[in-house]
Amino acid sequence: MKIHEYQAKELFKKYKVPTLENGVATTVQGIEEKAASLGYPVAVKAQIHAGGRGKGGGVKIAKTAKEVTAAAESILGMTLVTKQTGPEGRLVKTVMVEQGVAIKKELYLSIVPDRSTATITLVASQDGGMDIEEVAEKTPERIIKIPISTITGIQGHHLRQLMFGLELEKSVMKEFGSVLKNLYTLFVDYDCSMVEINPLVITEGDRIIALDAKVDIDSNSLFRHPDVVAMHDPNEDDPVEAEAAKFNLNYINLDGNVGNMVNGAGLAMATMDIIKQAGAEPANFLDVGGGADAEMVENGFRLILSDKKVKGILINIFGGILRCDVLAQGVVQAAKKISLSVPVVVRMEGTNVEEGRRILNESGLKLITATDLADAAKKVAEIVA
Amino acid sequence: MSILVNSETRVLVQGITGKEGQFHTRQCAEYGTKIVAGVTPGKGGQTMDDIPVFNTVQDARDKTGANASMILVPPPFAADAILEAVDAGIELIVCITEGVPVMDMLKVKSYLATKTCRLIGPNCPGIISPGECKIGIMPGSIHTPGGPVGVVSRSGTLTYEVVHQLTGVGLGQTTCVGIGGDPVNGTGFIDCLTAFNDDPATEAVVMVGEIGGSAEEEAAAWIKANMSKPVVGFIAGLTAPPGRRMGHAGAIVSGGKGTASAKIAAMQEAGLYVCEDLGSLGRLCKEAFS
Repeated sequence: MKIHEYQAKELFKKYKVPTLENGVATTVQGIEEKAASLGYPVAVKAQIHAGGRGKGGGVKIAKTAKEVTAAAESILGMTLVTKQTGPEGRLVKTVMVEQGVAIKKELYLSIVPDRSTATITLVASQDGGMDIEEVAEKTPERIIKIPISTITGIQGHHLRQLMFGLELEKSVMKEFGSVLKNLYTLFVDYDCSMVEINPLVITEGDRIIALDAKVDIDSNSLFRHPDVVAMHDPNEDDPVEAEAAKFNLNYINLDGNVGNMVNGAGLAMATMDIIKQAGAEPANFLDVGGGADAEMVENGFRLILSDKKVKGILINIFGGILRCDVLAQGVVQAAKKISLSVPVVVRMEGTNVEEGRRILNESGLKLITATDLADAAKKVAEIVA
Repeated sequence: MSILVNSETRVLVQGITGKEGQFHTRQCAEYGTKIVAGVTPGKGGQTMDDIPVFNTVQDARDKTGANASMILVPPPFAADAILEAVDAGIELIVCITEGVPVMDMLKVKSYLATKTCRLIGPNCPGIISPGECKIGIMPGSIHTPGGPVGVVSRSGTLTYEVVHQLTGVGLGQTTCVGIGGDPVNGTGFIDCLTAFNDDPATEAVVMVGEIGGSAEEEAAAWIKANMSKPVVGFIAGLTAPPGRRMGHAGAIVSGGKGTASAKIAAMQEAGLYVCEDLGSLGRLCKEAFS
């Protein structure tokens, strides 16, 4: 689960990772007042869950009250498009105003888990403030990676390796080391899947400041982090995906016109792929889970049909322990209740499949049955062509 | 013949008295799996379908000689359950639970590295040696005993689809392992490929991967260097948009890494038979393995 920069900075404050004084507002007047109380210059920053805000015009430096007003008016309510938002962009509803500071050096720092070695990895670079993926590609020697075992936790040698690697001046090492340690503790305590500070700056007065803050928290751990749950911003959710989550369905909206409903995430991905291979484009990813029942199928239909692009639907269910006849009844029940407006191809396989197919055929509904996966994809692609 | 589990495997179930625990214990027992014990703290001394229930894994193992465990407990308790099984000396631990926090798994995996036991999962369908032993939630009926194909997969229902197609073209299975869709898990592709390579009854392998991480690329390199048997590879998620988690916690393309096309290229480079269209997987296996 992603949180906003200002929320991440609240966590930083709690863990003694230094940040600049800031305020958050949702109106131009509010922004002006916060800026006035902080003193000029200030940075005016759009709060959305995506990186690349600066390049998209979502971050502005204002040296006077007049400039603050202009920045606030341009950012608040804008649809901010960045590399990470996709072409549709994000509507900016909240803005953070932050003090200015004289910068001596900009660094990059992040902490991520490494899935293959099961370690927590510190990543740092002297090239702060830049696109780190670009740095990694063009000058990989300028990136330092330090893996840390969760059994030992962060040790002094990890800190030294990182700080000497960054060629830091001796005068800032003590403070830098404690910032690193605190940040690592925050990462572990809050089950983070990423903490990124870009840039982490050393000021003219040799202070260490997290100028930016990006924190992503493992959604599977939210049961032990009620304070993070409270940070959830529904404005950042796709409305259809949020609706799906209410029903325990896993739905992701895509650009095509073939709606599809599948049990299991891997099979759902493979079904999207085969739709594409048959010459059509999937309109969504929808995993109704291993134990799909009539209600889930019904909710799945509603979600798919709420997307007006959809011209045909492919249902691909592999009945395992959940029998095909039970599933077929679910499909029929849901289809009757919803009055389907587009053709539906059903491909069903597994336990009790004959009985399942019979139920579909005798339902009186205009369901198109497919013999196998390839046949199903071909049929649905023909419908939408 | 088979890998990791067979008709001799003695299984205990952690979380046996829960709804899922009871249901899947019965399914496994009906399939013929030797379920010798269950564990639910506080319910020691009770029975579930004549299976004795114990308070601790240690107690269950000491009294019944169980050497494998199936874990069906809610996510907040899964890591503790795995570690309990490890410390009790269980040799094979299969964790079905979906939604275990990554931080918990980082600790579990680091601890496991110091031990000799094996973990399969979490977030997986489990393992089955058809006709001998099923530890997991997969439908037993779609499998065909006797080999000659071994299956290893990161997915659940997608694995059932693959097994169904194998059975459909007359190819039985030695063992099918679902290693799970989480970013940090126990047994990986290479562990299973190694075991299949050493198993005389396994003549060929199907490997099913998906987007995210680099396990498929690493497995492909291992196959090129070590595998003496033909391998058919399939990767799900060619059409998955970047930056989105596709159901499984580990299935995400981020920063241009973990794409299906990169994995397919790695498998082709390593000389695998790559199946690009799931609809034809059974047929391809028939051709490749004959």
